[in-house]
Amino acid sequence: MTGYVAGRVLALGVLLFGLLCITFAISHVIPGDPARLAAGPDASEAMVQTLRAQYGLDRSLGTQFVVYTRGLLRGDFGLSLRSRNTVADDLARFFPNSFELVTLSLLLAVAVGVPLGMLSAVYRDTWIDHGSRVMSVSGVAVPAFWLGLMLQLVIALHLGWLPLGGRLNLTTELPPPITHLLLVDAVLRGQWATLGDGLRHAVLPVVTLSFPALASILRVNRAEMLETLHQDYILNARAQGLGGLRVVAKLALRNAMIPTLTMIGLRYGWMLGGTLLVESVFDWPGIGLYAVNSALSSDFVPVMGVTLVIGFNFMLANLLVDLGYAWLDPRLRRTAA
Amino acid sequence: MNARVQSLAFRGWWEDRATAAREARRYARIFGRNAASVAGLGLVVAFLSIALVGPWIVPYPEDATGTVHLDRKLEAPSRAHWFGTDEVGDDVYTRVVLGARLSLQIGLVITLVAATIGVPLGVVAGYVGGRLGEGIMRITDVFLAVPALVLAVAVVSALGPGIVNAMLAIALVWWPGYVRLVQGKALAISQESYVEAARAVGVGRLRIAFVHLLPNCLSPILVKASMDMGTAILTAASLGFIGLGAQPPFPEWGAMISHGRNYLPTWWWYSAFPGLAIYFTVLGFNLFGDGLRDVLDPKSRS
Repeated sequence: MTGYVAGRVLALGVLLFGLLCITFAISHVIPGDPARLAAGPDASEAMVQTLRAQYGLDRSLGTQFVVYTRGLLRGDFGLSLRSRNTVADDLARFFPNSFELVTLSLLLAVAVGVPLGMLSAVYRDTWIDHGSRVMSVSGVAVPAFWLGLMLQLVIALHLGWLPLGGRLNLTTELPPPITHLLLVDAVLRGQWATLGDGLRHAVLPVVTLSFPALASILRVNRAEMLETLHQDYILNARAQGLGGLRVVAKLALRNAMIPTLTMIGLRYGWMLGGTLLVESVFDWPGIGLYAVNSALSSDFVPVMGVTLVIGFNFMLANLLVDLGYAWLDPRLRRTAA
Repeated sequence: MNARVQSLAFRGWWEDRATAAREARRYARIFGRNAASVAGLGLVVAFLSIALVGPWIVPYPEDATGTVHLDRKLEAPSRAHWFGTDEVGDDVYTRVVLGARLSLQIGLVITLVAATIGVPLGVVAGYVGGRLGEGIMRITDVFLAVPALVLAVAVVSALGPGIVNAMLAIALVWWPGYVRLVQGKALAISQESYVEAARAVGVGRLRIAFVHLLPNCLSPILVKASMDMGTAILTAASLGFIGLGAQPPFPEWGAMISHGRNYLPTWWWYSAFPGLAIYFTVLGFNLFGDGLRDVLDPKSRS
């Protein structure tokens, strides 16, 4: 098992280096002039030149790559062309917000998607099943940003039940940082009003971001459950008089969970991509909104940083899923070791 | 003698045709048994028809070209303007209908470019293999390890916003999906006995790859392509919504939603209807792709 884990971690490193090469290629090799774009349409040639020299864009590609990689190893993601902030500081400020959003969304997607998928399979072709299937096909097709807007329209603007966007009300007291995760810090500091406000702001973005994931988790879990329920050991358990949902959940769900787990890992990564849209809609101060705003002002350094962070998290999630596999399925563990 | 050969050939051709027709009927029956697939087909046909005849059925064809009618801006849905009007008085219904044509182009370009790059690379990686194949797969892995939307945003931020750049960006990050799909399929097929036989009689590797393997990979490619039509349209609309894709006056659905957003909640129709258009289009291609998979590639159903 240790050898297996070590091998997978090594593969992660290789993949990460590949991602670095690709993001670098995208931002430096694609015909385009980042310095001119960042300087704006009215900039003089001299200003563009200064900017280019300042950011090392006049050096050879190889040198730039080495400089950038060395910086990354020290945790230096470079400087934003527009705000002159260090991208590492910005990422450290925005990432916890996105992490909270994605984690809550994933929890919601699993908490609703897995049981619904199971019920849908057990009560096949009943109204539960039909409803779940409509939900699962809709989830893939509905544009997340539009769903978010419609939720804002109905729930925030018409009904006034929840805030329109943002992370907290302006007047809400911020907890002194411990983990930098706002909701966790609010709990640790016992600031219940802040926690309540934070949760109220989180509901709509979390629902929006989780919907596509919920749909695909539901779909995979339903398909796997249907297959598992026809296996001999389930028939055997039923023949021996064991029945009811608890047995189904205990015996069948564990096996159906393996492909579902893959989907959960994949969906974690796609959700990180979805933050670009959902955070834009709800004005949620995370890395998605940061990437979008930077891209809109042609500031490629933060975009590169966000791409690397999201890629790294996605790869890490896949690694954890593979290790989870080995834990759920002893056969894989033995061959892997 | 000659006539006999001809009549035999004709009979062979006729029987082939009859078999093909029987096969097609069988496929149609499998497809038709599933209500969701039929609904998907209906939505796709509706989308294609609207995209094809759009310019001739809309009430205000000039409204997609950047005209301004301030006298009728932000009007609620009415008999004259089914989906209302936007902030410069353009008819939202007209723009949504014409958006179908644009979306069809977007979907086709992205899917075709991605498949054209990805399929040959996948065949090479799966059958020719070697160091080249290994290299192709490693690059593919890296691309697949980042959500397509994030990479597309990175590409557009380097190229500058616009509909053409957005399509280019999405296509550039879309092809690895085809490599992965075709590589797996080609690897499996290369173990089949007819490939073995071709190799035994001395057919070259490239010829085996493209003449014997590729046609047998077509079913999953078609299934993926039909699903991708929807997903590519959705991704392009996402870029449009962010502001990195189509720019006004292009009647692109994502960009329309993005502009309409500033007029919520009072002028809700401005972003509501383009969103429904995206939803039904993507839903249609998804359900249709599912149905196609049941027919063409029943084993790979997930």
